[in-house]
Amino acid sequence: MLVTTAAASAGTTASTPAVQLDHASFGYAGRPFTEGVTLTIPKGEVVALLGPNGSGKSTLVRGLLGLTDHVAGRVEVLGTPLAGLTDRSRIGYVPQRHTLSASVRSTVREVIATGQLAGRPWWRRPTAQDRATVVQAAETVGLADRLDTDVATLSGGQQRRVLIARALASRPEVLIMDEPTAGVDAANQDVLAAVLRRLAGLGVTMLVVTHELAALRGIVDRIIEMDAGQVSFDGTPSQYAEHRATVSRAADAGHGDHHPYDHGYDQHDDDSGLLSGAGPMDGPVEEVTP
Amino acid sequence: MPEILSYDFMRLALLAALLVGAVAPLVGIFLVQRRLSLIGDGVGHVALAGVAIGILLDGQPIITALIAAVLAGVAVEVIRARGRTSGDIALAVMFYGGIAAGVVIINRVEGGQSSNLTGYLFGAITTTSPGDLVVFAVLSAVIVAVTVVLRQRLFLAAGDEEYARASGLPVMALNITLSVLTAVTVVVSMRVVGLLLISALMIVPNAAAQQVARSFRSATLWAVLFGVLSSVGGVVISFYADTAAGGTIVLLAIALFLVVAAVGALVAALTARRHRIAERHPHEHGPGCGHEAVPHGDHVDYLHGGHRHAPHGAHYDEHADPTTYSPTDSTTDPTTDTGTSDPADHEQVTR
Repeated sequence: MLVTTAAASAGTTASTPAVQLDHASFGYAGRPFTEGVTLTIPKGEVVALLGPNGSGKSTLVRGLLGLTDHVAGRVEVLGTPLAGLTDRSRIGYVPQRHTLSASVRSTVREVIATGQLAGRPWWRRPTAQDRATVVQAAETVGLADRLDTDVATLSGGQQRRVLIARALASRPEVLIMDEPTAGVDAANQDVLAAVLRRLAGLGVTMLVVTHELAALRGIVDRIIEMDAGQVSFDGTPSQYAEHRATVSRAADAGHGDHHPYDHGYDQHDDDSGLLSGAGPMDGPVEEVTP
Repeated sequence: MPEILSYDFMRLALLAALLVGAVAPLVGIFLVQRRLSLIGDGVGHVALAGVAIGILLDGQPIITALIAAVLAGVAVEVIRARGRTSGDIALAVMFYGGIAAGVVIINRVEGGQSSNLTGYLFGAITTTSPGDLVVFAVLSAVIVAVTVVLRQRLFLAAGDEEYARASGLPVMALNITLSVLTAVTVVVSMRVVGLLLISALMIVPNAAAQQVARSFRSATLWAVLFGVLSSVGGVVISFYADTAAGGTIVLLAIALFLVVAAVGALVAALTARRHRIAERHPHEHGPGCGHEAVPHGDHVDYLHGGHRHAPHGAHYDEHADPTTYSPTDSTTDPTTDTGTSDPADHEQVTR
């Protein structure tokens, strides 16, 4: 199995959530950018993290990855406090952009293989098993026939799949993706959605930062919306559709009323709802039975 | 025995050239990847200050140059890591301060007509002593060992720093390692091509290698080959043509690059004529995409609506060989062995 599934690890740690935040703040240079976020993501759940630019969603996931500072609160990943998480390969990261330098040639195989580096000591060469895992990761994202292609010649969507395969190559227990479908053409978006659906079917815990909920319909179990550094919605996709409808009605009526899915804070409720509803990407969400 | 090998100093020079030609591109590929092609130049400037101190102390210029270059290399990384906009200016101050101090000190010690200064700036390969060669060989062995063992890690840290950091690799340590490797390469190369020409030997063979290679691994090997060809070839040419060895090596490397680039462009133009791109292609082929996969030489074609589509970069090529299959089997009967394909994919037929 390419990834450690929820089922596989159920025996010992079924009750340990994949991610647990308790009044956690992340930021830069010791200054918090998110404010006291509290949430729990159980293993095997697929969560979409929404929010306008500057809402703190990237700061949050980058904090989980150790790229932004953990300023306050309690953060546990896979039952281990963030600071004590030595084996970072348990979290797979798919960056937003194709951040790979295109200044030198590198094949799909070479890039995917770098996903395994952190998981073994510097003096150890890849084993036959490691190499097989690389091929398997490429198969999972549908690029097994392009293992020896120069990455720079691939399309944006294909490069995105290479980055997913690179994250999978370390057999992570949690996958964090930053805008996996942004700037990808329709054909590749379908393939990406199929890949994510397959991973979800395997029970991989996924935290997907996205603007394009429509591309992920049917895959996402739960939607968390952030605004101004705080969680402004947390619920199922169908509840989110209701939430959006409520926000629009409130906007039409010129006043806001409380809805049951907001929690954690009250004072910015109406403003934030109106602001976050303005995005053109916040399309309607298909009803999904969880 | 050819005339060139009958002189002791030329045998030493050729060995030194061999070491430098192999080692410089090996480190240079990571500098190219990080878009820091000119950093070797700056470190070379500072190394001159080290040389000057060595001459002033009547000691070993190679050792003091090594110390100065390594310190400069570490400083470069520390300044870059702080990410201030003034970092660029700090680097300039350090580099030009180094070369200016070097020139002033050497001239003060040896007088205005110092041949030593020219030797360090532009190379003086024929003055390589057996002792120098031993030092160069040891340093070269260290460079080769480190770049081979840490190749993948340096590749990742240079190619995608953010991901490397997120996956828990010690990115700062790797960057400093590369900086120190650059410094050591500068010192090994300074007698051969000179401190002002070192960057060329690190970068230009890599520029040529990028024209022919298809993977990072093969690019590295090609760069070493081009580097050795330039350095050893340059020394041989300079012996017979009575030219400056350092400059000849660099000119030969550039000539190699131009020839390789021209041949590459020619080959690309020729293959483009035999190369038909499939029309508007909104479907992504891949294993289990529903279209029959046909192995074709070193790649896989997909039977798609009476055409054979071969993945080529971001598009698909037409690989015509229409007699080997029946045109109906590709679109009307998609294989349904996996859950990967979206039914909508199969409606897209490119004619």
